[in-house]
Amino acid sequence: MRNIKAGMKSMLWLQAGSCGGCTMSVLEVGAKGFMRELETFGIDLIWHPSISEESGSEAIDIFQAVAEGRLALDILCVEGSIMMGPDGTGLYSRMAGTGKTTLDWVRLLAPRARYCLAVGTCAAYGGIPAATPFMDEVSGLQYGETLEGGALGKDFRSLSGMPVINVSGCAPHPGWIMETIGAIAFDEFGETDLDRLGRPRFYAKTLAHHGCDRNEYYEFKASAEKFSDLGCMMEHLGCKATQAVGDCNQRAWNGGGSCTHGGFSCIACTSPGFEDATGFLKTPKVAGIPVGLPLDMPKAWFVALAALSKSATPDRVRENAVSDRVLSDPQRGKGVRE
Amino acid sequence: MTKVIAGPFNRVEGDLEVGLDIEDGIILRAEVTTTLFRGFEKILGGRPPMDALVIAPRICGICSVSQSIAAASALRALAGGRAAPNGYLAANLAHAAENIADHLTHFYLFFMPDFARAEYADYEWFERAAARFKAVSGEASAQYLPARRRLLEIMGIIAGKWPHSLAFQPGGVTKAIDIGERIRLAAILADFQVFLEQTLFGASLDDILSLESEDDLEALRAKGNSDFRFFLDVADDLALRALGKGPGQLLSYGAYHEAEESLLPAGIATLEGVRAFDANAISEDVASSWFEDTSKNPFEAETSPDVKKDGAYSWAKSPRIDLEPMETGAAARLAVAGHPLVTALIARDGGTSVRTRVIARVVETAILVHSMQGWLRRMRLKEAFSSHFSIPDEAAAAGLVEAARGSLGHWVQLRKGQIQRYQIIAPTTWNFSPRDERGIAGPLEQALVGVETGALGAKSAALQHVIRSFDPCMVCTAH
Repeated sequence: MRNIKAGMKSMLWLQAGSCGGCTMSVLEVGAKGFMRELETFGIDLIWHPSISEESGSEAIDIFQAVAEGRLALDILCVEGSIMMGPDGTGLYSRMAGTGKTTLDWVRLLAPRARYCLAVGTCAAYGGIPAATPFMDEVSGLQYGETLEGGALGKDFRSLSGMPVINVSGCAPHPGWIMETIGAIAFDEFGETDLDRLGRPRFYAKTLAHHGCDRNEYYEFKASAEKFSDLGCMMEHLGCKATQAVGDCNQRAWNGGGSCTHGGFSCIACTSPGFEDATGFLKTPKVAGIPVGLPLDMPKAWFVALAALSKSATPDRVRENAVSDRVLSDPQRGKGVRE
Repeated sequence: MTKVIAGPFNRVEGDLEVGLDIEDGIILRAEVTTTLFRGFEKILGGRPPMDALVIAPRICGICSVSQSIAAASALRALAGGRAAPNGYLAANLAHAAENIADHLTHFYLFFMPDFARAEYADYEWFERAAARFKAVSGEASAQYLPARRRLLEIMGIIAGKWPHSLAFQPGGVTKAIDIGERIRLAAILADFQVFLEQTLFGASLDDILSLESEDDLEALRAKGNSDFRFFLDVADDLALRALGKGPGQLLSYGAYHEAEESLLPAGIATLEGVRAFDANAISEDVASSWFEDTSKNPFEAETSPDVKKDGAYSWAKSPRIDLEPMETGAAARLAVAGHPLVTALIARDGGTSVRTRVIARVVETAILVHSMQGWLRRMRLKEAFSSHFSIPDEAAAAGLVEAARGSLGHWVQLRKGQIQRYQIIAPTTWNFSPRDERGIAGPLEQALVGVETGALGAKSAALQHVIRSFDPCMVCTAH
């Protein structure tokens, strides 16, 4: 087995109860691809399930060497939910060829890592596999829905003294993953760079709503009634962008997209427990008022402002909100087509 | 005889374990194990039907659009509705982009790096294989990944993001494409065609589209260097046409559907020809799976894990048609479509092989790029991209589509406006199924019997080639 390249930081990537989507996302980074980007930041990828040559016993040798402290590990990335079930055995997810569960391996390897990254909402908080009826059987690394402290426990600290870094998102933007890794490589990532749920603040300090290109429709409460309409999707179509963190609408996804730009609602995939919603695509309401109001906005103000802005909505905005294309262009005066 | 366990078997999507009985360096018996169970079928139960569009794609991060389209197609069938014509075209464009990305991620990141293993150090082509395809450091990935990134900009325009989009709805897609976006899509396809022609094909798109015979492949090899040509050279040297023969029955549900037609037809191909496919003949048994016994009919089956079950060795179930295992994937799709080259290779070799599976993916990539250009031209930008209809409270229907790796089906039953049952049979559930109640092995289990591993046992490259030639998606397999 080889040693870590001189002067580089080592990184090991494991997939637990994963769909592989976080890896598919991060493969998009960099002008010359993920592997060259890692080189740029001085990262020696000692093993990744989708990329590395080593298979079977060659891979197990690497895990063993890290677990026994023979191979220093700077960054452990875990992708996917930690399957705790059935009944705490972890047998829903065995690491092939090792006779151990992924839960076993995570508990062996995480304490050996200087930094431990939960890549994606599954590894951070449990994610979709932790939805009913599996909430007691599936967990994140350090957060669980009903399992306090997740797989590693709430007091877990990696060798750097940091808790698990939760790069949540389903799947996260490739930049969220790579920039977190890069910041660690530059030794400039500390606990104050995390929000209260362990997410990197560089992307979690804003709401997914900020920068949404439906902003004008939101301001005037001109709402979409069905998917493909241009209007704001908060009132009827379940959009949670005003409640979920992320700079989703401040950076380009796949060259220029985002969920709301693509015509569909934010489902708050960066949030713990997002999987528990039922009826994702419909806004729950009480007495006609959406239950989930913007994160830190007093309800009375929201209702008052909504009523005011609805009464001030230009015809152009009202008309376009329920169309799949702009029918009425902006112009001086009333903005209504002749 | 020695028993060995190969795993973690990497450079596949998800985690795989293979148990082998080896005698004198030859595999006598194989047991293929899917090691992960997440319970998506149970998670989908009790929810409003449209939630399937959120949950189902998250089965798989590499073929998320395929899962979305299967769910949307099932919901559409439940409603008896039709998508807007533009909706089919836009969804096909995104779906094809994903499937091409899958085919080439398989080629560049998963499959080719095995030729750079030290086992091949004495072969004449080794130096090139190592420079170009060595895992992590090879130069080819630094060309492929930027091309993939550019290709996936199609998702930014049509699907908002990838993986895991909600753009794919029963009535079409959530975003109408405008003139500027059509031009951007055309530019992406043009860029990607350049990558294909210069790097992968070493020939024009038309050259690949017109391949009909082994002689045509020979003529292509004479044209000069390319990654495909390199594969053909290595495949000849290692006799990959004789390696990893499939079970003989090739299944396709038909792919890239529109309201009345599909680009590729449904059917079952064998050496005797192509026959019609009957969805009612699909059964799925759990004889070797960690699940309690249940109905074999996917409309009636339950998913109840039983991790202590005697004789079980996989989280995958065993799907069958008329009790026979099926191989599925690009080779099957093109064989069912009667593609002359793929049909000829299968006939000549007496079945599918490692070589034919790889060739079929390359050929299908060319077919898809060509078709995408056509779908893009056919969009009528002044018309809707989505139709709207409601889903009934009580109904049952299936959505049958093709993912990159083969036939993908979602069987949905609604009761009182909620999902009562949701069953999924994924491509690799077919290809990597465990033994059924009659003891019939799955396609990979059959393909591994007789493979020579030599002294290297589970580490032998031949074993790696056979397994990876199916391009398994293990996360879909048991879901």
